[in-house]
Amino acid sequence: MSRTATRRRVLHAAALAALSLTVFSPAIAADPIKIGSVVSATGSTAFLGDPEAKTLKLMADQINAKGGVLGRPIELILYDDSGDANKARTFATRLVEDDEVVAVVGGTSTGATMAMIPVFEDAEIPFVSLAGAIEIVDPVRPYVFKTPHTDKTACQKIFEDMKGRGIAKIGMISGTDGFGKSMRKQCLGVVGDYGIEVIADESYGPTDADMTPQLNKIKNTDGIQAVINPGFGQGPAIVTRNYAQLGMTTPLYQSHGVASKSFVELAGPAAEGVRLPAPALLIADKLSDDDRQKAVVTEYKKAYEAATGEPVSTFGGYAYDGLGLLVAAIEKAGSDDSSDIRDALEGTKAHVGVTGIYTMSEEDHLGLGTESFRLLRIEKGDWVADGAD
Amino acid sequence: MIDRILNSRLAPLLVLAFLVAVIPLVAPSNFYLRVAALVWVFSIAAFGLTILMGYAGQVSLGHAGFLGIGAYSVALGPEYLGLDPLVSLCLGVFVSAAIAWVVGRPILKLRGYYLAIATLGFGMIVSLVLNGESAITGGPDGMQVPRATLFGLKLSGSATWYWVTAGVMLVGAALALNIGNSPTGRALRALHDSEVAAAGTGIDVAARKLNAFVLAAIYAAVAGGLLALMNGLITPDAAGFMNSIELVAMVIIGGLGSVVGAVVGAAFLVVLPQALTSLHDYEQAVLGLLIMVFMIFLPAGIVPTLRRKMTERAA
Repeated sequence: MSRTATRRRVLHAAALAALSLTVFSPAIAADPIKIGSVVSATGSTAFLGDPEAKTLKLMADQINAKGGVLGRPIELILYDDSGDANKARTFATRLVEDDEVVAVVGGTSTGATMAMIPVFEDAEIPFVSLAGAIEIVDPVRPYVFKTPHTDKTACQKIFEDMKGRGIAKIGMISGTDGFGKSMRKQCLGVVGDYGIEVIADESYGPTDADMTPQLNKIKNTDGIQAVINPGFGQGPAIVTRNYAQLGMTTPLYQSHGVASKSFVELAGPAAEGVRLPAPALLIADKLSDDDRQKAVVTEYKKAYEAATGEPVSTFGGYAYDGLGLLVAAIEKAGSDDSSDIRDALEGTKAHVGVTGIYTMSEEDHLGLGTESFRLLRIEKGDWVADGAD
Repeated sequence: MIDRILNSRLAPLLVLAFLVAVIPLVAPSNFYLRVAALVWVFSIAAFGLTILMGYAGQVSLGHAGFLGIGAYSVALGPEYLGLDPLVSLCLGVFVSAAIAWVVGRPILKLRGYYLAIATLGFGMIVSLVLNGESAITGGPDGMQVPRATLFGLKLSGSATWYWVTAGVMLVGAALALNIGNSPTGRALRALHDSEVAAAGTGIDVAARKLNAFVLAAIYAAVAGGLLALMNGLITPDAAGFMNSIELVAMVIIGGLGSVVGAVVGAAFLVVLPQALTSLHDYEQAVLGLLIMVFMIFLPAGIVPTLRRKMTERAA
């Protein structure tokens, strides 16, 4: 046999092998279930969107490695809107019209989420948002869900703790930035439910460097039992320092907006004893063994840190829960039909996620209660669990 | 023959009308119509820059500021004044023109780099106000825009907006072409070449520059208003620095001073990011690389270079 003939036969065999693979592989790997996502992996909100994108990719790989959902692999179609709401809208249209996904998880910012909502509502495709604002699920839209807890939940957690400690009269000092303003409003809306009265209500600008006058006013108001500081960034650190400088001994509550190590560093020794609500992920290694979230939180933390070499963040956790809820809903529905998935999502009961334990209903498309926050106290520059309950 | 067609005044308009008519016939889904509608919207903004930069040779790095003013007017008008969205759009265009007139008078005295920096500053101020005044503008989260109705017809859906934006784009293109061939257009080209020579021939340089600046602001405001109405939501990134740069890039890539070039440039920057999504992390790098390649090999812009090649071959 000549060499060309041998080569031809080898080629033939290879072609046959390739052909048989394409014929038989669909039997092994069935049609993928397409799940779409639009996050801001680059741009000004990349610090939120980047861990989200990495988490989604990591999870999709893990799910497929375990055999997928309903025996089918999931195909994650991920787009980066680079923080531009207009681009987010275009990608949303693309996911619906071109990629024909059955469900969507994404929307890093409230702006991007609001831009995409009409597209998914019109197409009747379930959409789990990763953005904070309560407007996303209030009023409830049939196809829109979200995973991050809201400022309202944080307020409720703080007031619950105050009530448990017998605190009834408090002072409030809020930042006038978007976060501070929104949380102040949410807190004032629910404070009455706990029989607590706000008897001093002060504010400071985002660039203020000294909050002593406002704190002095609060200090000199009769009957103050505790102070709450809705704020974000360096403001709360300055408030905490001034609080100690004025020798105020009433308990100081910070918000989940400063639940990071950089706050402790900025506020220094003044941070000792400050209380704040924070997600379980922040104290993953300190959760007790019988904690319902312990397993999920530690597993996610370990997997994320091993895959990316970066510390885990709550934002990635939102994406973890978003895709987790969708996958659970698809499994529960036993189908990849969009409206079945929607119904199953709405019927989510006690889904243990990284952010909290989700129980959704027709009136509640977030489904997180105050147990999604842990009340922490800062002690020797570290967090310790410190709930009154 | 080809020479005559290519140099005819109607040719660019016919080319654009042909594209508008053909795209819906070949588009596989509404997603493609949305992308095309975005191309038309950004073309409208780019026409303004074609007049300002291409004809008159004045640089604006804050043009998205005017786009933002137009866009927020259709959100603010219905919210605070109870106006119809389309009436608000007209009002926004008027406000944008008025602001351009007031701002343009002092800053158009500047030239070259200084003018670029002054317009850059203007764009940043608009962006800062839209981001910062969250009590009025909703801050970074943006504002909802009510659906517009035209003659009792609700304007929603990608297909409807395709035709609306295409119509406005064709009118805008016709006006820009007309201006280019009018005494004003010739005066702008003259001051582009040399302000001193233009002044010597009796052209009121300052007034003409201001004309071009106000016209560009009107185009941008119309584009912004349409964008906001089409999306039903507007966020401050539409008025941001990156958007200003993209608008300038559109007219330069397409070909400075060419109306069809503005559309080609807009298509380049709207369609390519969609086409490059499969590259994931390298998307931005490849986009930048492509822009560099085009500028190196087609330095006069895509449309003028191709037209010269075609006329050379025909001759």
